[in-house]
Amino acid sequence: MSGFSFTIDGVEITGAEGQTIMEAADAAGIYIPRLCDHEGLRHQGGCRVCTVKVGGRSVAACTQPAEPGLNVENETPHITKLRRDLVEMLFHEGNHLCPICEASGNCELQAMAYRLDMTDPTRFPYLEPSRAVDASHPDIALDTNRCISCGRCIRASQDVDGKGIFGYVGRGIHRQVAVNGENMAATDAEVTDFAMSAEVCPVGCIIRKREGFATPIGERDFDKGLIGHEIEGKKADD
Amino acid sequence: MTELPKARVATASLAGCFGCHMAILDMDERLIDLMARVDVDRSPLTDIKRFTRRCDIGLIEGGCCNEENVHVLQDFRRNCDVLIAVGQCAIMGGLPAMRNAIMHSDDPLRECLDEAFLTGRYIRNTTHNAPNDPALPLLLDEVYPCSEVVEIDYNIPGCAPTGDVIYETLISLLAGKFRGFEREKIRFD
Repeated sequence: MSGFSFTIDGVEITGAEGQTIMEAADAAGIYIPRLCDHEGLRHQGGCRVCTVKVGGRSVAACTQPAEPGLNVENETPHITKLRRDLVEMLFHEGNHLCPICEASGNCELQAMAYRLDMTDPTRFPYLEPSRAVDASHPDIALDTNRCISCGRCIRASQDVDGKGIFGYVGRGIHRQVAVNGENMAATDAEVTDFAMSAEVCPVGCIIRKREGFATPIGERDFDKGLIGHEIEGKKADD
Repeated sequence: MTELPKARVATASLAGCFGCHMAILDMDERLIDLMARVDVDRSPLTDIKRFTRRCDIGLIEGGCCNEENVHVLQDFRRNCDVLIAVGQCAIMGGLPAMRNAIMHSDDPLRECLDEAFLTGRYIRNTTHNAPNDPALPLLLDEVYPCSEVVEIDYNIPGCAPTGDVIYETLISLLAGKFRGFEREKIRFD
C-alpha cells in the first residue's frame, strides 16, 4: 500500500491513497467532529461540522482526499467556533427540546454541543417550525421536529438496505427528509433495517417504538464520555 | 480576618417546574457555606415577594408564558447586577415551549387550552370553559426564552442543572473567576 504522511494540527500522520482526511485521521486516533458522516455510509459533505482548514481554505474533511504533505488545521479556536456556530444554528432551526427527547444522552447533535462548549444557544431567534410526527408504522415513529437533514437514513436505506425509504424534498431552508410514500406504514420499512438502527439517526427523529427509556438518562452513550473519545482513545492505546 | 461583605441573591421561578430551585437545594451541606457568603433577598425560598434593595445576582428558572412572568423578569433585570438563566426552560423555553410549535395547529395556544380543559379524553370540567378569571395573568401567544425578553448575562444549562454546577458557578462568580463550565459536567437533560 502506498502510504504517505501529512499533518493534522502539527501531528504527523500516515495516509493512504484513496483515503479522505477524516478516514486517515480516524485511523490515527485524531477525532474530527462530524454529524452527516457515518462509518459504512457514502460520504455526503453536507453538515460541514467536519470543516478543517487546508492551506487557509475551508474543506469538508469527510470528502476531501488526503494528500502527501497537507497541513490540516482541525481543533483551532477559530475552527471550533465555526463548528459551534453550525451546531448552534441546527438547534435554532428545528425543535430540539432535550429534556423531552428520548434520544437525550444518545444524541450526536447534543453530544457535539457538549464537545464544542455550546452552553447558551440564545444568539438567534428560534425558528420553531411546525413539523409532523409520523407514528403510522407499528414499530417505527418519525419525529421530524428533531431532524437535522443529515441524510444518513437516506444513504443507509438506499445503499445498505436497498430500499430507498427516505429522500430529500424541497430546497434551501425548506429542504427536509421525507418518506417515499404516504407515510411510514405505506413503505416497506422494517425495524430491522439498517436505516432504522440506533447508529444511523444521529438525533431522536427515527424512533424505534417500545425501547425509548430502556437505558435510563445518565447511563447513555455520551454520559460515558465526550463524542469522539473512542476514536481519540485509539491513539492512547497504541 | 475581616469578613467580606455578603452578596445579595434573588431567585424566581417563572414558567418552570421548581426543579431548578430543588437543584439549588441539592447543594446539600454546601448551602451552609454558600449562606455564609450570600444573603437571599426576593425568592420563593425566603417568601420575600418584592426586592428589598438592589441585588448582585438574580437566578431565573423558567421562561415567560404569561404577562406576570414578563413583569417579574423585567423587575429582576432592573434590580440585579448579574442575571442568570438557570435550566433549559429559562434558556430556550423548555417543556412549556412545546405549545409553540409542536401542536401542528394554526392556533396552538387555543388547541392547547381546549385539550387541557375541554376536549381531552380524561377531562371532567363542569364549567365547560378554559379558566378565564380576570385575576389570572394573561397568557402570552408563545412561551419565550428569558433572553428574548431581557438581557441575560449567564446561562446554566441542564434540566435541572446539578447542584454541583450551580454551586460552582455561583462561587466562581462571587470570586470574580467564572470562566465557563467544565464541559464534562454539562448536560441538557
